[in-house]
This record gives sequence, structure tokens and C-alpha cells, in this order.
Amino acid sequence: MSVDPINLLAFLGMAIATYATRIGGLALAGRLSLSPRAQAAFDAIPPAVLVAVIAPSALATGWAETAAAAVTVLAATRLPLLAVVAVGVVAVVGFRAVM
Amino acid sequence: MSTTRDDVRRGLTDIWPAMVAAAPIGLLFGALAAGKGLSPLEVFLMSAMVFAGGAQFAAIELWTTPAPVAALVFSTLLINARHVLMGTSLAPKLSGFNRWQKFVGLFYMADENWALAEKRARTHRLTPAYWFAMVVPFVSAWLVTSTLGASIGAVLGDPKRLGADFAFTALFIALVAAFWKGRVTFWTVAAAGIASALTYRLVGPPWHVAAGALCGLLAAWLAAGADERSVTEEAKA
Repeated sequence: MSVDPINLLAFLGMAIATYATRIGGLALAGRLSLSPRAQAAFDAIPPAVLVAVIAPSALATGWAETAAAAVTVLAATRLPLLAVVAVGVVAVVGFRAVM
Repeated sequence: MSTTRDDVRRGLTDIWPAMVAAAPIGLLFGALAAGKGLSPLEVFLMSAMVFAGGAQFAAIELWTTPAPVAALVFSTLLINARHVLMGTSLAPKLSGFNRWQKFVGLFYMADENWALAEKRARTHRLTPAYWFAMVVPFVSAWLVTSTLGASIGAVLGDPKRLGADFAFTALFIALVAAFWKGRVTFWTVAAAGIASALTYRLVGPPWHVAAGALCGLLAAWLAAGADERSVTEEAKA
């Protein structure tokens, strides 16, 4: 069981950033009014970041990964979270075997 | 008038389904973190200190040795920025909390317990008893399942062999579907994906996260503006 000091530093930084977002609302309550456009940009933050994180693995790794990502997108339109993950993993193993 | 005891029972009953749904996700998170070389103790520490599923998964995807601290903090800040709006909406409903209960209680505000608290506040006064009855088991379950996943993952070995390296990509695609709000999300996702993949190829990690996220936000801003205009034009017509 070991804790790398740089890893611990990363956890601390992530913890401070997260806590700041969680208590930030206390200070802003009653004072914040976003235009509909700013609200839309704010709502878009989670999907934008999620896609930015995975795009290299889905689009810039190989055809097997890109094909599996396409299958996963289809699955995501109709299946619950864990079933989507299962479909994606099975698809990538299959495509890697044949491509 | 509900008693403390009722509130505790209600909190436990409300959080139960979210705990069950999060259990396999905690195991998966731990296993993937182990695949990047994190020890079970490190996984426990990250879960206890950060407690934010989406940001933790993104961090593991970006993880290299030594840890890219600035990129990890930046990605965490962006993914969790939504908490500010959640907190803004919840704050006026915390009048039954003293200062300490607010500052300690909000440390573990997550999508699930926030949503349940908002729902509760529509019909009842939100109490610390209800909040902590939800939060304590929910956080404990995340700590146990993620640490357990890391212990199992260390035994399983290379996650690529089982296609588990792709589990992130699949999970994130599924999460994007959960945030889907139509046309604006489509342009966000398209811009973020293309900008991120191009930056990754031309510049290299970790810049693809910032570039992709900012292009996604810009696209959302532009697409929402087009929506506003079309609404105004419809109103005129």
C-alpha cells in the first residue's frame, strides 16, 4: 500500500477545485441571473468536457475503436448506463479481433 | 411536522436506489484506476477527497506517471462547474442548517443527493437529518466499491486484454446521452469531439481537453443564440 506524493498533490488539487464548486453556490445564491444563452453554455459544460476527454480514444486510435464508439452511441440511445458500457466493451473486443 | 427519526428514515429510503446503481460504477472506477497503476489506498483517498464520479473517471483517463497535476485540476474544475449552479439553487433551502452543517454537508454534494434534496424541499423543510442520512451511506458505498474495485483490478492485470480500456469511452458516451438536450448538445458534442481529436493529433495531450471543451462551449453559445433568434422571429410572425 503506497501513496505517491505527486498523486497526493493531484488529489488535493482536485479536492480543492471540487469543494470550491460545491460551496460557490452559497455565495452566489440570489445574485446570479444567467441569460438563456449563458445558461445553455453552462449546461453544455459536462457533455463538452466528457467528449473532449474521450475523443482521442474514439476518433484517433484506430478503426476498431471508432467502429465500437459508433455502436456504443447507438446503444446509448436506448439502453441503461451499464448495458451501454457492456455493449461498448464487447464491440471493441470483437472489432479488434477482425480489423 | 416530521421528527428527526422520520427524516433519517426518509433519507435512507430515498438514497437506496442511487447506492445500488452506483455500486458497479464504483467497482469499474476502481478497476480502471488500478489499471493506471493507482494503489487501492490511493483510490480510497481520491474517492474520499474528491467524491465526484464524472471528474474521477476523467482524471483516470488522463492519468500518467508522474501525474499531470495542472491538467487534472483543470479538467476537474470544468466538469464540476455545474455544482455552482446546483448549489445556488439549493442554498436558500438550507435554512434549517447551521454554518458548520452547510460547509460540511456540501463537501459531499453530488448529482444524486442534490436531486433528491431538491425533490424533498418541494414538499418538506430540508433538514440536516435528512441530508446526512442520504450522504453518509452514499459516500460510504462509493468508498467501499471503488477501493474494492482497485483491489480486484490489481489482480486482473492489463485492462486492455479484456477491452476494459474502452469502458471509459463507452461510459462517457452513455453519460453524454444522459445530458442530452437536443440540437444545442449535438453541436456541442460535434465541436468538442473534432477539436479534441485534432488537438490530440497535432499538439498532444493534455491540451486536447481544454481545446475540445472550449470549442464545445463556444458551439453551445452559438447554437443557443440561433435558437433565441428563431424564437424571436416566430414571435414576430
